[in-house]
Amino acid sequence: MSNASNPETRVIEVHNLARVEGEGSLHLKIQGNRITDIRFGIFEPPRFFEAFLRGRSFEEVPDITARICGICPVAYQMSSCTAIEAAMNVRVDGQLRSLRRLLYCGEWIESHVLHMFFLHLPDFLGYESAISMAADHKDLVVGALRLKKAGNEIVRLLGGREVHPINVRVGGFHRVPDRGELDALAEELNACRNFAIDAIRFLATLNYPDLEMDYDCVALRHPKEVAMLDGAIATSRGLEIPISQFPDHFEEVQVPHSTALHGRLRNGGTYLVGPLARLNLNWDLYPPAIKKLADEIKFTVPCRNQFKSILARGFETLYALDHALELINAYEPPSEPAVEINVREGVGHGCTEAPRGILYHRYEIGADGLVKSATIVPPTAQNQPQIEADLAAYTPRLLSLPSEEMTLRCEHLIRNYDPCISCATHFLKVTVDRLDSSEAGKALGAPSTNGSL
Amino acid sequence: MNIPGPLSQKPRLAVYKFSSCDGCQLQILELEDELLELAGEIEIAYFLEARRQALPGPYDIGLVEGSISTPAEERLIRQARKDCKVLVSIGACATAGGIQALRNWADIDEYKKRIYPRPEWVATLDVASPIAGYVYIDFELRGCPVNKRQLVEVLSALLAQRRPHLPTYSLCIECKRAGIPCVMVARKTPCLGPITQAGCGALCPKFNRGCYGCFGPAETPNIGALGRFFQEERNVSRPAMVRMLRSFNGYLEPFKTSSDDYEQCIQP
Repeated sequence: MSNASNPETRVIEVHNLARVEGEGSLHLKIQGNRITDIRFGIFEPPRFFEAFLRGRSFEEVPDITARICGICPVAYQMSSCTAIEAAMNVRVDGQLRSLRRLLYCGEWIESHVLHMFFLHLPDFLGYESAISMAADHKDLVVGALRLKKAGNEIVRLLGGREVHPINVRVGGFHRVPDRGELDALAEELNACRNFAIDAIRFLATLNYPDLEMDYDCVALRHPKEVAMLDGAIATSRGLEIPISQFPDHFEEVQVPHSTALHGRLRNGGTYLVGPLARLNLNWDLYPPAIKKLADEIKFTVPCRNQFKSILARGFETLYALDHALELINAYEPPSEPAVEINVREGVGHGCTEAPRGILYHRYEIGADGLVKSATIVPPTAQNQPQIEADLAAYTPRLLSLPSEEMTLRCEHLIRNYDPCISCATHFLKVTVDRLDSSEAGKALGAPSTNGSL
Repeated sequence: MNIPGPLSQKPRLAVYKFSSCDGCQLQILELEDELLELAGEIEIAYFLEARRQALPGPYDIGLVEGSISTPAEERLIRQARKDCKVLVSIGACATAGGIQALRNWADIDEYKKRIYPRPEWVATLDVASPIAGYVYIDFELRGCPVNKRQLVEVLSALLAQRRPHLPTYSLCIECKRAGIPCVMVARKTPCLGPITQAGCGALCPKFNRGCYGCFGPAETPNIGALGRFFQEERNVSRPAMVRMLRSFNGYLEPFKTSSDDYEQCIQP
């Protein structure tokens, strides 16, 4: 057991943070009662997408960028398509745009439900995984699996398969569904609604650490609807800019402990993207039924507690279910599955709301239709500095805890962000340094194979 | 596949991740109807994406996702081989190097400089390689991503100590059996189906598009014949032919050599 009152420098090390997507690490250094160093690192091997996209045809881009992330491939396809369409001066509207929103609803549901119940909830309830949790909360896990499956059904129907859909193309789709196919889907979505609502009520009863942060929230904002595919980039400090101005206001910087570049506002500040940021900026556009549910469980907006992002994901999941049903109701098959593209030279910017936050793409396309340059800014890279800032605010409260407990709490905080490290480049290792401790260098259940990472 | 010796009463599973998108291991969690049953049959001893508990080896079955692209990964895969009775690579990254193997044709230092202001902070191997380039692999499951039904077949086969029933023939056979009109004939769409291994369920033709090769080369593919047809009858340029072969499975033979031949104008 470590001694919190010891003034010496202490080291605790945990090699693998589990239940996140990808490979990363956290390093904490504690001197006496002061945290002197916090580094949330990403060890994901770099894969160099932006480099090898050069010279590929614009038509191949959504298929290639989907492979950046197996959890949110739709987001990559949507940001790629909208950016390239902007470069080609093409607008995708009407039912094609609706089908894209429907596809995105599917991804929000499957990705959020995976995170809420399988990656995040075990932290609140004190289980190491949903597999162990299922022994005591079988109905919850079974219901969550069904809801997740319903989200995946949307992606499968519109995209062909849940991981790396094949039906998305610049300009629209290869094939659009007929009404009958969507009606069958609606039935299952309806059947999952009650579970989604009860799940939110249940989540509201969890114990939330009272960490409030003055976040600068950043999300897309659309005048008429909860933004997914388009709109302006808005911040809670009042900035509102067209997507094409993203590079003027946001930048990426490299730090030695990460293979993902860190996103920062050009004035130097950290910012928050993702479900909580979106809810805070777009709550006025939410349907009354969801707002009523929020009142019932005493969830107030703006919410500045990232531990409650699990509730934000719950509200977004419910919204995505209801919105999917609306879209299905109003669906009429478009005459063509895609808008025709006339290749031209140009630069295009795209930004869409991936489950984890805004995903910005920029492409420069040549007259031959080949990519000349590509820039991709994933949400987890943008949140990385904010995660460090949250840790800096949270860890001083944890100093009296035993090392293992402290580590668990820090992991919980990191998982608030549903970090997708595959995206940000990918394995999360948590290291807490307490140089006096007999627990120095102890790995939490890490198998021998991971000691070398 | 070598049929492994008897596994433990409740076989112990390890799931490893190397350079990849997470999509193939995610397919395990996408088994919504079978996941809890699977967890009853197999002890999920090490699977970081799904659980915090990480039990030490040895393991009966190791599933490996991702390609080897950093010095740390090289050390880890050698240890994984020692820890697992049966090692199965899953997905295009693990079986072919994956999309990131495109960098194997490029100057990695130029790539690093392009993306990172301080390229010296980033450690990589010269090439991104399939797992079999480093250690002996008992079975390879293709696909970008793997088909989860095929994944269940491999696990079931291992538990029953039999060979998995998985096709190595071309997508065309799967497509014909499904009664899908040939997109290359009916729509004049270039399709890699004749040279690509079946396994996805002929998804692309089902959605009116040509196959783009997620499952890699079928057994004995006649790439030259398809290439001539593409160029003469379907207006596919030589550089486009190179790009079609060089995607998720581009670093796997014979796609690799053929793409080089098209690039250097050796292949007609």
